[in-house]
Amino acid sequence: MTDIFNQVFSGLSIASILLLISLGLAIIYGTVGVINLAHGEFVMLGAYAVWFLEDHFGLGLFPCIVLAFFAVGTLGWVVERLIIRRLYGRVLDTILATWGLGVILQQAIRLSAGAELRYVQMPPGLSAAVHFAGVDVSAYRLFVLALTAILLAVTYVLIFRTRFGMRLRGVVQNPEIARCFGVNTSQIYALTFAYGAGLAGIAGALVSPLKSVSPDMGTGYVVDAFMVVVVGGVQSLLGTVASAGIIGELSGGLAYLSNDTIAKAIVFLGVVVLIRFRPQGLFALRVRRG
Amino acid sequence: MAKFSRRGVVKGAAGLAGAAAFGFPQIWIKNSGLARAAGGEIKVGVLYSLTGTTAIIETSLNQATLMAIEEINAAGGVNGRKLVPVVEDPASDPATFAEKARKLVIGEKCVSVFGSYTSASRKAVLPIFERYHNLYWYPTLYEGRECSMNVIYTGAVPNQQQRDFVPWLVKNFGKRFYLIGSNYIYPKEENNVCKILLQKLGGEVVGEEYVPLGHSEFSSVIEKFKNTKPNVIFSTVVGDSVVALHRQYKAAGLDPAKMPMASLTTSEEEVRAMGGEFAFGHFTSAPYFMSYESPENAKFVAAIQSKYGKNAVTNFVSEPAYFQVHLFAQAAAKLAGSDLTPPTIREAAWGQEYKAPEGLVKIDGQNSHTYLWPKIGEAQMNGQFKIIEQSKEWVEPDPYWAYPGQVCTPKGMVEKKA
Repeated sequence: MTDIFNQVFSGLSIASILLLISLGLAIIYGTVGVINLAHGEFVMLGAYAVWFLEDHFGLGLFPCIVLAFFAVGTLGWVVERLIIRRLYGRVLDTILATWGLGVILQQAIRLSAGAELRYVQMPPGLSAAVHFAGVDVSAYRLFVLALTAILLAVTYVLIFRTRFGMRLRGVVQNPEIARCFGVNTSQIYALTFAYGAGLAGIAGALVSPLKSVSPDMGTGYVVDAFMVVVVGGVQSLLGTVASAGIIGELSGGLAYLSNDTIAKAIVFLGVVVLIRFRPQGLFALRVRRG
Repeated sequence: MAKFSRRGVVKGAAGLAGAAAFGFPQIWIKNSGLARAAGGEIKVGVLYSLTGTTAIIETSLNQATLMAIEEINAAGGVNGRKLVPVVEDPASDPATFAEKARKLVIGEKCVSVFGSYTSASRKAVLPIFERYHNLYWYPTLYEGRECSMNVIYTGAVPNQQQRDFVPWLVKNFGKRFYLIGSNYIYPKEENNVCKILLQKLGGEVVGEEYVPLGHSEFSSVIEKFKNTKPNVIFSTVVGDSVVALHRQYKAAGLDPAKMPMASLTTSEEEVRAMGGEFAFGHFTSAPYFMSYESPENAKFVAAIQSKYGKNAVTNFVSEPAYFQVHLFAQAAAKLAGSDLTPPTIREAAWGQEYKAPEGLVKIDGQNSHTYLWPKIGEAQMNGQFKIIEQSKEWVEPDPYWAYPGQVCTPKGMVEKKA
């Protein structure tokens, strides 16, 4: 019984990290319609922001998370203004442009911060395990889980309960009509892109104490994030949550039964088969694209 | 090319100084005389990546190599001839390694090349060294099972890292091992050796698992640790995965005092990246640790730090990168200038001994690998290792230890008849 609970928790923890990383991508992909291949590098920048703030200013992890959100969010805004906005409606071009941006960011970090692995402190209060329902679970993983839930709630409220969210949904459904009603679509796109990038920054900040910090860390994350978004269905927040949950539990469970290499292969195979028969993902919304 | 012009400038200056002192008007004739009197130089290649994914560790190898060359030159060179390093950057890419090796061997006519960190890059340059009968000096610990007539191996092979380590772990912690490694050749060969040793000691492998290179999500693996309850987690995970594994191990509430990780790959570099608090209490077996106390090591560490900054660290790869240059110089010194060719250097290198930072090392005359001094270190909070045990004698290298019937000889690997 405790085995099963342990396994469910570990799957849940994998899922929470997946969700954390793909949430920003889902928002950008779903609303702005841009396939942002630099998303992994935004995650990486979030991790480096924590390292930099910790190393140079002695800040703890919690203020760093907030600062990483604003720092990477601002960068996202600038990127949207300078590059992305010129490429709307040209999906292939945005793939190339964001991929190139990712390469530039990665090398910029390698040149400025160095290529070596960087040390980020895990908050001492969270670095041990806590006894919870009969098993030992990592306090830090619980913390990540909780914070992911909070971010999800915030995002939900932002999209479905605020004026900004209403305009955003309007723009997604039909940009021309939204513009006729006086919605500044260009501003909405920029802010949404910035918010998605900021979420990636938080994701990077949160995984940095649990994993490792290196210039090429983003490469793996962007693959995971795309997998989650594609399976969940573009533009569906619920889909992203469900798909992160399914993929997390599945890869955790399969890795437990066999090993991580096999688990990864089976999950990818499953995704390929799914996309073949259901290209719109599990939870596709019916919307008109402008 | 800059190198040659700089040398020309230096000599020109020397010639000018000579002319001024003795009043010779024909300074250019004097200068060319000096060049001949110098008796030529010995060109050696230095082939470590200064850019790309393994640049950090390979830069430390490059630095240790150049420092050794400077030391040799400062002490008068090899029979009065200076070593001239030709440095190339193979950019962490095996294909570029091959291209640069070709340049060093054919274009620059180096008599030996010091290089490589990964096995993949060594395998990539091997055909060139074999075809042109040149000599490659390889400093990294590796999986063994190779026997090239054109390589001198100065890093540890599995039998050297594990012969004392596995019995020590069994004695102190128990017989149940969980083997975890990255998914490539090195961890699998190391684990072959570990399994044979365990079998002899009546030990048991409760799990064997390989994670993809660069893997950073260890929750399922840790779940298996909790369920199988091994006495020892035998780790050959490499790179940033080492950092993630150690951090998640501690975060999951596992205790190194009961279930330590015993690693062949965790050095001071990885410990620094993960933080001492996550490494504390885990063990590594290697012939060299930065904290090892010997006059030679004190000198080595001081020299590296005065040259490359007080935060520079030495590790179990940079140490062989350093001492192998001295072994090369000793071998070359045995030969007359006209005999200085890669095959004769190889023969002269056999049996050479050198007092390295880790202890007295020797190149084996049969398999061209090196006798080393394995040590067991326990990681400390400050990022250094405390040396718990060290071998009483140097340990003979046996690259085919796990494959009875195969033996490495000066003519390559041969099958022994049963």
